[in-house]
Amino acid sequence: MAKKVALMQGNEACAHGAMYAGCTFFGGYPITPSTEVAEVLSNELPKVGGKFIQMEDEIAAMASVLGASLTGAKVLTATSGPGVSLKQELIGYACIAEIPCVIINVMRGGPSTGMPTGPGQSDVQQAKWGTHGDHATIALVPASVQEIFTETVRAFNLAEKYRMPVQVLYDEIVGHMRERIEFPEAGELEVINRTLPSVPPEQYKPYDTSFGDVPPLAAFGSGYRFHVTGLNKAQDGFPTTKAEYVDAEERRQVRKVEGEVARVQIESNEEYLTEDAEVLVFAYGSTSRSARYAVNELRKEGIKAGLFRPITLWPFPEKRISALGKQVKAIIVPEMNLGQMNLEVERVVKGSCPVISIGRVDGEPLNPGQIIAQVKEVK
Amino acid sequence: MSKRYEIRFSGAGGQGLITAGIILAEAASIIEGKHAVQSQSYGPEARGGASKSEVIISDGPIDYPKATIVDACLAMTQESADKYANGIKKGGVLLIDSDFVKNEPKGDFKVYKMPIMRTAKEVVGREIVANVVALGAMIALTDAVSREAGLQAVLSRVPEAFIELNRKAYAQGFEDMKKILG
Repeated sequence: MAKKVALMQGNEACAHGAMYAGCTFFGGYPITPSTEVAEVLSNELPKVGGKFIQMEDEIAAMASVLGASLTGAKVLTATSGPGVSLKQELIGYACIAEIPCVIINVMRGGPSTGMPTGPGQSDVQQAKWGTHGDHATIALVPASVQEIFTETVRAFNLAEKYRMPVQVLYDEIVGHMRERIEFPEAGELEVINRTLPSVPPEQYKPYDTSFGDVPPLAAFGSGYRFHVTGLNKAQDGFPTTKAEYVDAEERRQVRKVEGEVARVQIESNEEYLTEDAEVLVFAYGSTSRSARYAVNELRKEGIKAGLFRPITLWPFPEKRISALGKQVKAIIVPEMNLGQMNLEVERVVKGSCPVISIGRVDGEPLNPGQIIAQVKEVK
Repeated sequence: MSKRYEIRFSGAGGQGLITAGIILAEAASIIEGKHAVQSQSYGPEARGGASKSEVIISDGPIDYPKATIVDACLAMTQESADKYANGIKKGGVLLIDSDFVKNEPKGDFKVYKMPIMRTAKEVVGREIVANVVALGAMIALTDAVSREAGLQAVLSRVPEAFIELNRKAYAQGFEDMKKILG
């Protein structure tokens, strides 16, 4: 049977991806350029008995999704950079209390209110370090309408599997452009649900690591009672300042994402003509589409350019970038900010090749010509 | 290497040019099975101001989703002509609403003139379908999609009560352009 197809915006695809993943709760506050995500979900969620709530502000919106998640729901909020700034305290809360949730950030320029209708990619370091304290981060950066659908599904899977907030970041260009999408059939994409406790309520501890680095999470209302706090806590969920507990918990919460095994499961990227590449372009989101165009043009002229496109931005693909850094003459990092991921590439290649930033922050798309010109300047 | 064809619709916000772009992209990608990307840029105003919608059509996957060098451009107002009727390919085409664009953009492209708003109001009967008149004319001018695919995409977007009006608008734009082309 032919698949259902449509021409739709990235933001609309995000909402449909959330529905596919089993999202039943959206709490948000409208903000350009993310509003269509909320608009579609306000229509779709009630059809399946889900809840859509427009809260009084961004902070309350984040609080509402955390509360809903603790009752067992798969939850989503969608916003842009200014909204993510306001949500940071509660994102940290979700990290330490280990509450699954998905946060969509459709990026515009900044800081502050910036340019609401223009594209940007200047929240990529905020995604990693926006909330204070040591914590693991998962952030996905899709580059097409179809990929926004599949990566939103994957974001829910990762949030549920690792019991934590997962961010999906894409710029206004990908969020608002329309492309053809083929809707996956039910069962075609993997859908992961969180692990529920196998022990009776009286034996349940919300942070019981005897079950591994990701303890099962009971749903409030299902007979299990437990304490949830933003303080460092012991396995029973109650606050503690005992050094050995605090240290072990902090390390576990980072390890559950950044450990070797987890990284392999979480990292995702695409390489295009990197095998024999002499100049590598590292690009994500809409900028990766400019880069791919540029690489094709450069190849026509006999210049061995290649593209590395992270789909998982955090955790950062350290091993592969380090290896590529030893292979190529230079790495070019075009991004709609002033060199945020350029810093990370530099950190990882440790000087084995020059890393050159192309930053654009004027609200216009970073175009292929800029990348072509920069690659040609290499040696 | 796949071939890109780039079309830009521009005019005042509220004239339905983003919708015209969406309809063209649907005709290309859903009805004709080609690759198409539609995008737009707009200011903070809900109406007024210059707005543009771009459609890239290709027989292969489309990387860069914005226009690089435009094959065909539409300008409905003087402001949009001044702001967006640029970057047109050598030998490309520009269609202007001759009642509103008095100061004709100059370049190495061919300019076509039609009283688009007036046609919608006086011949078709409603100014609101000027975007569909323009779409019909642009399809006749560019052959970006077939006449039938364009019509099918128009009709699948409009409510039952407005089907005849839009059918008429599309045909009028298409025929008027064919006459100009001779």
